[in-house]
Amino acid sequence: MSVDILPGPVRLGLRRGGIEILQFVRDRTALVFTFFFPALLLLLFGSIFGGDDGDGVGAARVFTASMIAYGLVSTSFVTMGAGLAMDREDGTLKRLRGTPVTAPAYFLGKLLLVAVLSAAEVLVLLACGVLVFGMPLPADAGSWLTFGWLFVLSVVACGLLGIAASALVRHARTAGAILNVPVVALQFLSGVFINPIDQLPGWMITLASVFPVKWMAQGFRSVFLPDTAAGSEAAGSWELGRTALVLGAWCVLGLLLCLVTFRWSDRGES
Amino acid sequence: MPENAVDVRDVVVTYGEVTAVDAVSLSVPRGSILALLGNNGAGKTSLLQVCEGFRSPAGGSVRVLGLDPIADHDALMPRLGIMLQSGGVYPWATAGEILRLFASYSARPLDVDMLLDRLGLRKFARTRFRRLSGGEQQRLSLAVALVGRPELVFLDEPTAGMDVGARQTTWELVESLRADGVTVLLTTHLLDEAESLADHVVIMDNGVVAATGTPAELTAAAGIDLLQVRADPGLPVADLAGRLDAKVTEDAPGEYAIAGALSTDALAAVLAWFAARDAQVTSVNSRRRTLEDVYLALTASGGVVR
Repeated sequence: MSVDILPGPVRLGLRRGGIEILQFVRDRTALVFTFFFPALLLLLFGSIFGGDDGDGVGAARVFTASMIAYGLVSTSFVTMGAGLAMDREDGTLKRLRGTPVTAPAYFLGKLLLVAVLSAAEVLVLLACGVLVFGMPLPADAGSWLTFGWLFVLSVVACGLLGIAASALVRHARTAGAILNVPVVALQFLSGVFINPIDQLPGWMITLASVFPVKWMAQGFRSVFLPDTAAGSEAAGSWELGRTALVLGAWCVLGLLLCLVTFRWSDRGES
Repeated sequence: MPENAVDVRDVVVTYGEVTAVDAVSLSVPRGSILALLGNNGAGKTSLLQVCEGFRSPAGGSVRVLGLDPIADHDALMPRLGIMLQSGGVYPWATAGEILRLFASYSARPLDVDMLLDRLGLRKFARTRFRRLSGGEQQRLSLAVALVGRPELVFLDEPTAGMDVGARQTTWELVESLRADGVTVLLTTHLLDEAESLADHVVIMDNGVVAATGTPAELTAAAGIDLLQVRADPGLPVADLAGRLDAKVTEDAPGEYAIAGALSTDALAAVLAWFAARDAQVTSVNSRRRTLEDVYLALTASGGVVR
C-alpha cells in the first residue's frame, strides 16, 4: 500500500481561511454591516464629544484609539461566535467532520478570517480618525511594534473566546443578540465610550480589569495618543506589561475553554 | 484486512424515549453496494450516522474498515467519502471552488475537472452554489464525497431531487466505483435505484430490519404474483379459484388472470386445469414480483422476513 501523506493542519487551515474570506467578501450584507457599525459609532461619538479635553488631546482621537478595541472585539469575538454557531447549524461542521479536516485546522481557518477582518476594520477606523478627526499616526517603530503585538493578542484572545461562547448559542439567528450583550456591557465598563476612564466608579474599573477589553482599549490609546495622555488612565500610566500579561492569560483561558466546550454538531451527535 | 468494509452488530439508536434503530445487524462486503431501503423514519439515516461516526449508538458495535468510527475517527476519515442529504456547502463559493477545496483535504485527490465532467457539472464550475438547482447541488455533494478517492462511500439518498438523466449518470458513476473496488453503502427511497444498483438490499421498517438479501433473492422469495393465460373463452373461473389461493378473473373473452402468490405447484395446477377442460392455451405470461411489491408488502403489514 502506498503511503499517502495528508495535508497538515496549517495547510488545511490556510485553505479554509481562504474560502472563509472569499465567502465573507462575497456576502455583501455581512461585509457592509461588520465594517459600517463600529465606524458609525466612532463618527457619532467623535462628533458629539469631539472637543479638546484640556490636555491637548482631542476627545475624538481618544475615541478613535478606543474604538479600535471595540472594532476588534466586534469582528473577532462576535463574528467568530456567530460564524461558528451558523457553521454548526447549517451543517458545515458536520460535513467537515466527515473529512480529514481537524479541529485545529478549522480554528486556524476561522482565526485567519477574523484576523483579516480585524485588520480591515482597524484600517477603516484609522481612516475615519485620520481623515475626519485629524488624528496623527505614530511615526516611531516602537509604537507600531506595540500595535502589532496588541493586535495579535487581541484577535487571538477574542477569537478563541468567540469559539467558546458559541457553545452558549442554541440557534444561529440569536447569535448576534446573545454575543453582543457581553460586548456592549464590556465596552461601557471598560471605558471605551467614556473619556476619560476615571469618570467611571472604581468598582467598575476593577471589574473591567478582569476582562480583556479595558486592556485592549488602553493599549491602543498608548499607541495613538501622546505619552502625556497616560495620566488620564486609571493607573496614571499605560501599563503595557500588565496589558500583555492579561491578554496572554485570556488567550490561554480562551484556548482551554475552546477545548472544553467545542462541539462539532448539536442534537446529540458526536 | 477485514472481509467486510462495514460490520454492524445489534446497533441501537435512541432519541430520548424513542428507539430509532433497534438491534440492527448488517454487513457490507468490500467492493459491493448495499442499499438501505425504508420509509421516512425507518432509521436509515440514524444507522448511517452511526457508521459515519456522527452518532454514538446506545447499544451494539460498529466496525468500519476494521476501525471504530468514533475512537478511530482521524484514521478513518481520509479513507471515507460521505455524502450528506443537505447543508454544509458554502453558498457564495462556486462549484469549482468548493470541489477544489474538498480535494485539497486529501492526500491523493481525483482530478477535479474530470469529476466535474463525469457528473455533468463542468458548465457550472463558475456558478455559485446558491444559484445551482437542487439536482446540481446534489451532484456537487456527490462529487465532494468522491473527490478524496475513498475506499468506502456513504451516500444518503444520493439521487434525491435529480432529474432522470442526472440520476442515470449518478448510477453509472456509482457502478464504476464498485468496478474500482470501492464499497458503497447508500440509503434510498427509490426501489428501482436499489434494484438496479445494489448487490445487497436491507429493508428497514420502524427501526428494525424487515428483510435482507440480494434484489433477486428478495423478489424470488416472493415468487410469481400474476399469471395471464389466453385460452378458449367462457371457462368456469370460480372452479379454478376454488382450487387455488388466488383470484381468478376472465378480463376479456378468453383472457384469464390468476393473481396471488403462485407456487410452482399452483402454476402446474393452473395449466393442468386448462388441459383437463381441453382448452387450447395460446399464450402464458407471468409477472415476477418486483422489489417494490416486496417492499410495500413488508412495510404495509409491518411483517418481518429474514
